[in-house]
Amino acid sequence: MSEGPVLFGVHVPPHPQPLLAHEQNDGWGRLRAAFEHCQEQIELSGADILLVYSTTWPSIIGHQIQAHPEPEWVHVDDDFHFLGSMPYKFRMDVEFAEGYRDAAEKRGLFARTVAYHGFPIDTGSVVALSLLNPNNRIPACIVSSNLYANRSETIVLGKAARDTLEAQGKKAVVVVVSSLSNRMFTEHIEPHEDRIHSQKDDDWNRKMLEFFADGRLEDISQLSREIHGQIRVSKVVAYKPIWWMAAVMGQHNNYAGQVHAYEALHGAGGAVITLSPTSHSIGDKEFDEDDVEFYRGDRDVLTKGMI
Amino acid sequence: MARGEIVLGCLAPHPPHLVYADNPEQNEPFSEGGWETLRWGYQRLARKLKNIDYDTIVIFTPHWQTYIGTHFLGLPNFKSLSVDPIFPNLFRYHYDLNVDVELAEAMRAHAEEAGIITKMMRNPDFRVDYGTITSCHLLNPDWDKQIVTISSNRNRHYYSVEVMNEQATALGEACARAVELSGRKVVMVASHSLSHRHFVEEAPLPEDMSREHIYNHSQYVWDMKMVDLMRAGNMREVIDLMPEFTEQTMAETEGGGLTWMMAAMGYPDYCAEIYGYQSVIGTGNVIAAWDPNEQSREVVL
Repeated sequence: MSEGPVLFGVHVPPHPQPLLAHEQNDGWGRLRAAFEHCQEQIELSGADILLVYSTTWPSIIGHQIQAHPEPEWVHVDDDFHFLGSMPYKFRMDVEFAEGYRDAAEKRGLFARTVAYHGFPIDTGSVVALSLLNPNNRIPACIVSSNLYANRSETIVLGKAARDTLEAQGKKAVVVVVSSLSNRMFTEHIEPHEDRIHSQKDDDWNRKMLEFFADGRLEDISQLSREIHGQIRVSKVVAYKPIWWMAAVMGQHNNYAGQVHAYEALHGAGGAVITLSPTSHSIGDKEFDEDDVEFYRGDRDVLTKGMI
Repeated sequence: MARGEIVLGCLAPHPPHLVYADNPEQNEPFSEGGWETLRWGYQRLARKLKNIDYDTIVIFTPHWQTYIGTHFLGLPNFKSLSVDPIFPNLFRYHYDLNVDVELAEAMRAHAEEAGIITKMMRNPDFRVDYGTITSCHLLNPDWDKQIVTISSNRNRHYYSVEVMNEQATALGEACARAVELSGRKVVMVASHSLSHRHFVEEAPLPEDMSREHIYNHSQYVWDMKMVDLMRAGNMREVIDLMPEFTEQTMAETEGGGLTWMMAAMGYPDYCAEIYGYQSVIGTGNVIAAWDPNEQSREVVL
């Protein structure tokens, strides 16, 4: 039961197998079924908007927010092009996108909307929206993951999304598109050979899933740096999606979590999880990372006369 | 059949800003100019290329990022609209390019023989990356040559810069063998910047040159170290320094392009032709070429 602007959160993997090749591997099929289960929950939720943060949409110039009312293209993945093409036509909430940009700027972030025909919407967003909202019944918003952003910037970006939901009186289902462990096999494998890349990745994934199942969103958020060091290939500076998710949904452990599927995707850990706000909490961690409300950018340490 | 050869190697950075600043008819946005040092350098190199006899441009691009091996474009033609995901306000380019599939397949076969994981990309809906398009447009605005595009395998992320250097070297040597047996005359292109830390904010007018400078002095000093070595013909040392340089400056050499090209060309010990150095949104960019032909090799800058 939610009194806030977020009805529930969904965590889904970015890989195209559940969309394009779910019949080739039982695990991919189970992920597909989990996506479809979440799609039914979203249908029944009364959500006004699907708010998507995708780790496969990197940005450099601040934070980009998709604002084309009906982006349409045929997308092909850089690695998995042989699985087929992904034609899409989505419906975006332009009012929300513009409000989100303004709210982000008010909190000190550099943000901008993008509304160009042919803009390359990323694989993760295409997979998530195609499977979670196949008929475009609910308008969506997609926000990028800035390559250089770290915790404070990402937390503030999440809070700006919540500001916008509250200001516009909208109820959202929040969607995070991310792997758990993200190390894929570096060679081609047959679908039936798929498995989590290593025992260590699997162990950490299962520990995260325990936390998710217990609804311990803020605990996972606090462990984010450790998770990044243990099971994330360091393509970016940090494991950010849970910071954003916690900031949008509420930085606490008052959630009912459900793990709908956990499977390998070319070695990476892919899980479909839902988190619904509740009144009870779990966990006893001391949070040692500061909360942050406003992003102040570089602190100009080098120019302050200390050297 | 005559033996194929690499007739020129080019380090050709691909900031979309340079195409934007040129206002070609293929690109939708309009600019007031900017980044002339690099654009004029490119124009001079493009003129040199017009006077060289070659069949195919082979380009290694860091913006087709693959984690499962190295991929090659494998269809004869690609035509579409390329929109830069980072700078969509600057680059929305209508392209129509032809691929030398025979050479791409030969390179793939030689790479596979060398133990490299490879894949041909044969999906007709695939959108060619903007690194390929930008570098090729600036080197050959007429688009009258076939190309081979090679993806950048992200060894650096999965392993280390050292592993990237080793694998890019093996790939370069394999590609050189393929060129030799193909009978083609080939221009090789490593499409990337040197130091690669961007500003995360953009000026209201992106081409406002009063706002353009290198991200910090450390990046500049490293870039100049590399340019000096290129100018002196010490390419072996450039590649040996690559791990340190890449770590220190977040350099786009991490994709392996320059290592690949130098390995294919046998680490030239002659002077590089330097066509220009300038920052673009904080990143360091040099246009350089290696001409194996002593008669046509120049001191440009």
